[in-house]
Amino acid sequence: MSGMARSPARLAWARFMRRRAAVAGLVVIVIFVLSASLAPLIAPYDPIATSWSAVRKAPSAMHWMGTDENGRDVLARVIFGARASMLAGVVSVLIAAGIGVPSGLLAGFAGGWIDAVLSRIVDAMLACPFLILAIALAAFLGPDLKNAMIAIGVTAAPVFMRVARGAAMDVAGNDYVEAARALGNPPWRVAVRHVLPNIIPPVLVQGTLAIATAIIAEASLSFLGLGQQPPEPSWGSMLNAAQRFLIQAPWLAVFPGLAIFLCVLSFNLVGDGLRDALDPRQRT
Amino acid sequence: MLARRVAQVVPTLVLVSLLVFGLQQLMPGDPAVILAGEERGDPVVLAQIRSELWLDRSLPVQYLHWVGNLLHGNLGFSWRIRQPVSELVLTKLPVTLQLGVMAFCIALLIGIPAGIFAAVKKNTVWDYLASFVGLAGLSTPNFWLGIMLILLVSVQLGWLPPSGYVPLDVDWRQSLATTIMPAFVLGNAIAAVLMRHTRSAMLTALDQDYVRTARAKGLTEWRVVLRHALRNALVPVVTLGALELGTLFSGAVLTEQVFSIPGFGKLVVDAVFNRDYPVVQGVVLVTAFLFVMLNLIADVLYVVINPRLRVA
Repeated sequence: MSGMARSPARLAWARFMRRRAAVAGLVVIVIFVLSASLAPLIAPYDPIATSWSAVRKAPSAMHWMGTDENGRDVLARVIFGARASMLAGVVSVLIAAGIGVPSGLLAGFAGGWIDAVLSRIVDAMLACPFLILAIALAAFLGPDLKNAMIAIGVTAAPVFMRVARGAAMDVAGNDYVEAARALGNPPWRVAVRHVLPNIIPPVLVQGTLAIATAIIAEASLSFLGLGQQPPEPSWGSMLNAAQRFLIQAPWLAVFPGLAIFLCVLSFNLVGDGLRDALDPRQRT
Repeated sequence: MLARRVAQVVPTLVLVSLLVFGLQQLMPGDPAVILAGEERGDPVVLAQIRSELWLDRSLPVQYLHWVGNLLHGNLGFSWRIRQPVSELVLTKLPVTLQLGVMAFCIALLIGIPAGIFAAVKKNTVWDYLASFVGLAGLSTPNFWLGIMLILLVSVQLGWLPPSGYVPLDVDWRQSLATTIMPAFVLGNAIAAVLMRHTRSAMLTALDQDYVRTARAKGLTEWRVVLRHALRNALVPVVTLGALELGTLFSGAVLTEQVFSIPGFGKLVVDAVFNRDYPVVQGVVLVTAFLFVMLNLIADVLYVVINPRLRVA
C-alpha cells in the first residue's frame, strides 16, 4: 500500500503546508506537546509545592504568570496542566474512534438491519447533549481523570460512527471494491483491506477536530470537579479555583483559559487545514 | 416521507430511555447503601429502600416499571431534595429557556449578518477575518469567556451584576441585566456555527441562475443579496440551527455555574455533587426528548417551507 499511497499523501501534505493558519496551528500544538512531555525539565518551579510567603503574587520576573492562592507558580501549573489536557484530548479521541470507526465500517459496509440498529443507537446518543451526557457518565463512573476520558470518549463515539459509515458507503460502491469481492475475498477482508484504508482521511479530519472538542470537554469536567483531582494541576480546575479570587488575583483566571483557547484553536485550525488538504473537492 | 420521519422518533426515544436507565448500572456501590446513610448497617432499612425503589426486582422488571412511570409523566423522586424530579425540572426549565431564547437572538443577530458579509466578500481579508473570529469563538471554552466577561464588565467597569438571577415577571430590567452576559456567552458559540452555515449556504445561493437573472434585471447588489439569495439560503440555516439546541443545553451547564443562575444546568451539576442520580437521569432524559422533538419539528418545517420537497 505504501508505494501507492505515497504520492497522494505527499500532495495532501504540500496542500496542507500552503495554508499558513494550519501550519501555525501545527507549530503551537508541537510546542504544547513538547511542554507537556518535558514538563519536569522546563517548568521553573514544582507545580504542587505550596509556599506561604508567595501567596497570590501578581506576575513578575520571578513568577511570569504570578502565583496562586497556595503560593504555587502558575506558569509551572499551566505547563504541567498541558499533560492532563493533551492526554485527555488524545486518549478520549482514541476511545471514540476505537468504538466509532469499526461500528461505522460495519454499518456502512454491511447495511441492512445491522445498519438500521447501529444508526438508531447513534441517533439516541446524539440526542443527548454532548456535555450533559459526558457529565452524567463521569458522575456515575466517579470523578477522576481516567473516568472523564472514558466518559468523553464514549460520548464522542457516535460522531466517528457517522463519519466512518458515510465514508464506507461512498467507498463500497467503487469498482476496486467490487473487484476485490469478485475475486472471492471474504467480506471482512474486503472491509478491512480495501474499504478501511480509504476512509482514513475523513476519520483523520474528524479526529483532529474531536481532539479540540475533547480538550474543552475535559477542561469543563475538571472545572466542575469531575476530572483531574487537586492538587494535580489541570487548566479546568485552575479556572475553578481562580473564580474565588477574581478581584484579588485576576491573573489566575487569565492564563489557564488562554492555554485552553490556544490549544483548542490550534487543533481546529489544523483540522480545517487537513480537511482542505485531504479532500480538495470540498473546498469552497 | 413525513410519516416515516415521525415513526423514526419512537425507536430513538426507546433507545434513549434504555441509555438513561443503563447509566444507573454504571454506579459503583449499592444505591440503597448510599441512600440509607447513617442507617446503612440496618438490614431492615436497606430492604425497605430496595423494595420502595424496586431495586429487589430483576433489571427488565425495573426498566419496565421505570418506563411505565415515565409514560405517566413521573420522572422519579429526588433522593436529596425530596421532590418529584418533574417538579424540579418544570421550575428550572423556564430560567434556562429565557437564557436560551436570548442566546439564540444574539446568535442570529451576530451569526447571520457575519455569514452574509463573509460570503459577499468571499476570499478577501474580510472573509478570512470573519472565518478566524468564528473559529476563535468556537475555540473559546464558554466558562472561561464568562469569567473574563465578569472580570471586565462587572469587576473592572461595574456595569452589570457578576452573578445571580431575577425572574422576568419580578423585574424585567433586572432580569435582563442578570441574563445578558450569560446569554452572550451561550450565543457566542452558536453564532460561530450559524456564521459558517450562512456563509456556505449564501455562497451556494449566490451561484444560482435566479441570482444571475436578478442581477441581469439591474437590481441593486444589496437587493439581490438580501431579497433573492438570502431567502433561499436561510432555509437550511434554520434547520441546522435547530441542531444547536444540544450546544445550548451543554453550554448552559457551565454558564449557569459561572453566573450562579438557578436553571437546568445548575440543577444537573448540583445533582451530580449531591449524588442525586434520579435528577441527573431526569435532566438527560428531558433534554434528549426536547432535542428529538425539536429536530422533528425542524424537519417538518423544512418540508413545509421548501416547496420542492412538498410534492415528493
